[in-house]
Amino acid sequence: MATLEIRDLHVTVDTEDGAKEILRGVDLTVRSGETHAIMGPNGSGKSTLAYSIAGHPKYTVTSGSVTLDGVDVLAMSVDERARAGLFLAMQYPVEVPGVSVTNFLRTAKTAIDGEAPKLRTWVKDVNASLDKLEMDRSFAQRNVNEGFSGGEKKRHEIVQLELLDPTFAILDETDSGLDIDALKVVSTGVNRFHDRGDKGVLLITHYTRILRYITPDFVHVFVAGRIAEQGGSELAERLEAEGYDRYVKAAAAS
Amino acid sequence: MTETLNRPAHPADPPPNVAGAVETIASHLHPVASYDLVDHPIPSGREEVWRFTPIKRLRGSLDGQPSSEHLAWDVDPPAGVTVSEIGTDEAIALGGVAPVDRTAALAVDLSGGATLIDVAADTVLDGPLVVNVSGKSAEQVVWGHVVLRIGAGSQATVVFEHSGSARYTGCTQVIVGDNASLDLASLQLWDDDAVHLAQVGVRIGRDARFRSFQASLGGDVVRLVETAEYDGPGGEVEMLGLYFVDAGQHIEHRLFVDHNQPRTRSKVDYRGALQGQGAHSVWIGDVLIRRQAEGIETYESNRNLVLTDGCRADSVPNLEIETGEIEGAGHASTTGRFDDEQLFYLGSRGIPAEQARRLVVHGFFADLVRRLGVPEIQSRLLAAVETELAATVGLPPAASREVVA
Repeated sequence: MATLEIRDLHVTVDTEDGAKEILRGVDLTVRSGETHAIMGPNGSGKSTLAYSIAGHPKYTVTSGSVTLDGVDVLAMSVDERARAGLFLAMQYPVEVPGVSVTNFLRTAKTAIDGEAPKLRTWVKDVNASLDKLEMDRSFAQRNVNEGFSGGEKKRHEIVQLELLDPTFAILDETDSGLDIDALKVVSTGVNRFHDRGDKGVLLITHYTRILRYITPDFVHVFVAGRIAEQGGSELAERLEAEGYDRYVKAAAAS
Repeated sequence: MTETLNRPAHPADPPPNVAGAVETIASHLHPVASYDLVDHPIPSGREEVWRFTPIKRLRGSLDGQPSSEHLAWDVDPPAGVTVSEIGTDEAIALGGVAPVDRTAALAVDLSGGATLIDVAADTVLDGPLVVNVSGKSAEQVVWGHVVLRIGAGSQATVVFEHSGSARYTGCTQVIVGDNASLDLASLQLWDDDAVHLAQVGVRIGRDARFRSFQASLGGDVVRLVETAEYDGPGGEVEMLGLYFVDAGQHIEHRLFVDHNQPRTRSKVDYRGALQGQGAHSVWIGDVLIRRQAEGIETYESNRNLVLTDGCRADSVPNLEIETGEIEGAGHASTTGRFDDEQLFYLGSRGIPAEQARRLVVHGFFADLVRRLGVPEIQSRLLAAVETELAATVGLPPAASREVVA
């Protein structure tokens, strides 16, 4: 079993008016085997949490810690974090012109495993993963995310999740902008990953819709840079009925 | 704006067949073509067309010292293609684009004749015609005058591969016949001390198609002037280019597309990478849309990837439009460092930073090189880019800067 532990995490981002604090003391423990949903209104800092864990250079951790089985994640470079078992499915996957999906996937797999995947099984694995995400196999020859629709980009993120097989998957608003069919395909992919066993999922979302397909063990309400409340999946139902207003008002009053 | 008839300056120059229709646009951007050296005085370096060029490093190529030196040519023409030596007057009479600067005018004046590569009409070449051009020393200047003529209705791919050491000043005139198709690749794989100054002037026939691919990797100073003009409506031009500039190197590409005929098209895509102290690239993209050039379409793009500190990339697109009755005209120029988001994305998939940077540069060029359509040369060019990249290690990621004109 593996544990991703976030303690009193404070993060700032540089703006024209100087450093602005986005995360204001986040405490969260995710164990492998668990699925956590982080829900919150726009601008609450959910995505900042995801990118800070992955090590995006735009964000500065001013205090607190992130550890993976006790090892300091914040001291690692971006690629070291990935090789340690963290994966971030991005809200806006980046286009990499001139680099084919197949080249990209093989390069990433080689970096994560420390050795090149066996050619024959690898091609089969890539095709199987594309099939499962209902992506045409011709995507393997296309440039990374270039000309992909929003839905295709999200599916491609889950293809990577399946092939790179991390310990912890952080999904940053993977459900945003997906139609219902794509949402089902993507959710099924995440569940398949989870069902491999001993995998942790941190699902960041604005909407409760995806929780019809992915059942979280824990739900955290994220407001104004910290966790305002936590509970089981029943909390998601309450949020669907009541919205975030109550939490936003409470945060503003405090 | 003043308008005068564009009279040929050289007595041997045949009257252009569009003489009545072509006006002279008063512009500092593109000098009038002329064989007469009087029209091309020795530059001081302050002239618009010379201001980016390190004149001192041209080492006498502007003086016009006579030389009987030649580069070694290696070409094996297939059936339908003849390679011959012709006199200068005979070459000029073929009607190619006249020199637009002093170096090209000197090349015609001092070459003592021209090499004509003639592809007969209605000939389809099976494979690329490869011309290996090499030099042994950069001591003596070499003047060169080449005419490449593609007969009407023909299809050909021609590759000029330059290697070795030379101080080569050339004028290449390309004449693409009506309804013909030419892919012309020129690889500058010179040794470090080479100086290569050349004009490639292209005349495109009615409904003809011309595509060039310039790859400039080697040499101390490379300054290539590419011009294109049309002999009739319906012509299509695509100019692609790749350059990789190392420390101390000066690589300059100057392009001028003259939309002098209606319903013609042009597309330009040049991409460069720079690394090392004093690496200097220059890209000038001039497009003129004349009054009669209705229904044309043009787009020019130049992108530069600056890999280290100490480089300089000059990128100047210019568009002069004399008619609004066109399909479209645009240009873009970007110069920047690595895109942080791309590097983060690749890094977040476990790919180490240095490898991620190489992947991005490789991809930056691969897209372009694929369009060359000659697989053997494509793989060699990408391998050459890899070799250049191997010199770059441990670059800090920097914020990207983008300018879209």
